[in-house]
Amino acid sequence: MKEFETDYRHAKPGQGGPGVVDYLDLDTKDETFLDATELVLNMGPQHPSTHGVLRVILKLDGEKVLGTECVIGYLHRGVEKIGENRTYAMFNPYVDRMDYVAAVSNGLGYCEAVEKLLNVEAPPRAQYIRVILTELCRIASHQVWLGTHALDIGAITPLFYCFRDREEVLRIFEKYCGARLTTHAFRIGGCLYETYDGFEQDCRKFCDFFLPKLDEYEALLTTNRIWVERTRNVGILKPEDCIALGVTGPVLRASGVKWDLRKKQPYESYKDFDFEIPTGLNGDTYDRYIVRIQEMRQAVRIIRQAVEGLPSGPIMAKVPKVIKPAVGEVYVSIEAPKGELGYFIVSDGSTQPYRVRVRPPSFVNLQALDKMVRGLLVADVVAVIGTLDIVLGEVDR
Amino acid sequence: MWDRHGREAQKMPDETKGPNPVSPLPGGDAPPPAKAAEPAAPQSHTPPAKSETPVTAKPAEATKPATPAAGQKSAPAAAAAKPAAPAAAKPAAPPKPEGPKPDPWESELVTRLRSQYGSGIKEASTYMGQKYLVVDPAILYEILLRMRDDELFDYCVDITAVHYPKREAQFDIVYVLYSFHHNERVRVKTQIKDGESVRTAVEIWPTANWLEREVYDMFGITFDGHPDLKRILLPDGWKGHPLRKDYPILQQDQEWVQINLGIESGQ
Repeated sequence: MKEFETDYRHAKPGQGGPGVVDYLDLDTKDETFLDATELVLNMGPQHPSTHGVLRVILKLDGEKVLGTECVIGYLHRGVEKIGENRTYAMFNPYVDRMDYVAAVSNGLGYCEAVEKLLNVEAPPRAQYIRVILTELCRIASHQVWLGTHALDIGAITPLFYCFRDREEVLRIFEKYCGARLTTHAFRIGGCLYETYDGFEQDCRKFCDFFLPKLDEYEALLTTNRIWVERTRNVGILKPEDCIALGVTGPVLRASGVKWDLRKKQPYESYKDFDFEIPTGLNGDTYDRYIVRIQEMRQAVRIIRQAVEGLPSGPIMAKVPKVIKPAVGEVYVSIEAPKGELGYFIVSDGSTQPYRVRVRPPSFVNLQALDKMVRGLLVADVVAVIGTLDIVLGEVDR
Repeated sequence: MWDRHGREAQKMPDETKGPNPVSPLPGGDAPPPAKAAEPAAPQSHTPPAKSETPVTAKPAEATKPATPAAGQKSAPAAAAAKPAAPAAAKPAAPPKPEGPKPDPWESELVTRLRSQYGSGIKEASTYMGQKYLVVDPAILYEILLRMRDDELFDYCVDITAVHYPKREAQFDIVYVLYSFHHNERVRVKTQIKDGESVRTAVEIWPTANWLEREVYDMFGITFDGHPDLKRILLPDGWKGHPLRKDYPILQQDQEWVQINLGIESGQ
């Protein structure tokens, strides 16, 4: 490694490239490199591979990344301030606009938090409907991730496959609540809409349809040599780094930490279902890919069980028309497709929340980017941003 | 590929032994506090999962002011006055049941911390089964360090703040901590005045970096020793801290908008 560095720095044009980079040397911060060879490269905010408006300032030595700085906030809308100025029910549709590829999860977390504050629980049927839709949403979110991530790395076909199959999920959403993306599917206390005729069949049909499609994605990528070369040993996060950096979700699980809020602190009816938590070994980009693919399989499993066991009964708990929780504060979090999505709500006893704080998984996970890309190549930065699965609407809020 | 797990598959695998967030946590649950002479008040240490608690409490409370002479003579007038206050404002609505109150939180952790820091631990309570500590800002850093190293709260979930302009110590800073070891959450809160600062937690949890920057950006609270304390979501030159209560929702930094966007107003 040392030899290569000296070779590279004194190489003359045409005398060979940088050769093999030691990816495992994550803590590289070569102060010696901060000399004339350092180059500052601005990536974004309009770069297609930044998945929105993320700007990353890269400090480079040739192709090697010495350090990064993320500039965020381009999509800041002040969601938390809006929350303080709306009633509890009026703020519900706003949360869909944060992580807009997994709007159902956002709404679930918010409704859970307000229900906790009100000390009510959704009826069993509503909980099952919530689980079905949330898991469908997890699949849709992971499909967007897989399509764009693969596109960033250079595989175009998975994008078309994923977006084609995601339509099936969105169609179920549309039939259920009329909206495809920003669904506003849940209400505080349960669900507003009863399932439509044929909801169960649609879900079952989707599960049967989707598993072979998942095999198709895997056939394209899992053993694809280019994919493996581009993702294995790229952007490694050790478990202790994950915990120190607060990284959650599939990124944490790919590092080998078997931690999922659906199992650890089951909310809704997740304790009724039998499913696994897929984990990885190395915590690299390839493992994160495998973990998310497996999560989609587990989501199908959960949907099937929930559809089979869908109880009858009311879908709305007894919630007052004007929601006025008692004075107090709660922190409630759920396992969103991107990680731990938490809501910290302070009530002052009025109809509007005194303070709504959203703990966004994307925001916290993005902080790990610097740690992950140090010592890698510029092309790997694109892969790592993709593997973190950030949505800038949620990062900036 | 998929075998149908019928309804009998109720028992949870091993890793689910963690407590349900909606049920009282077994470790640190307080013994029933001796709340004198308030039988109808919903006991907040009972599992909040039981949704009928406030529902059943409502008629019980509702009948109380309606029939004040019916045998409830000895019910404390001070306690009855509180639910009666909203009823006076809106006579059509039944009087609100008094909301759940925070209970004192007794556990070994609290005892250990109390024995060392004494009055530095201002409050240790649970609300809806969620535990929190209120500590003095002077010992905040020590407490956080101790929570991570000795009490194994190794994951800092979130750092945020709440602004109470009418209070003398205007800001609550809230640290949400989670322990992978115990599978439980604790909130550590501290109260500071406007203009005061606390020591940064970046040395304890690197994740505090951006979270503290956001608190600085939104509330103007500074963190001593932070490696890179600057705005994160708003532009660098922005004036004002939007999540303060004295910052109206439509307010903007007009000067910034005019210079940087070249328009008269952002509205």
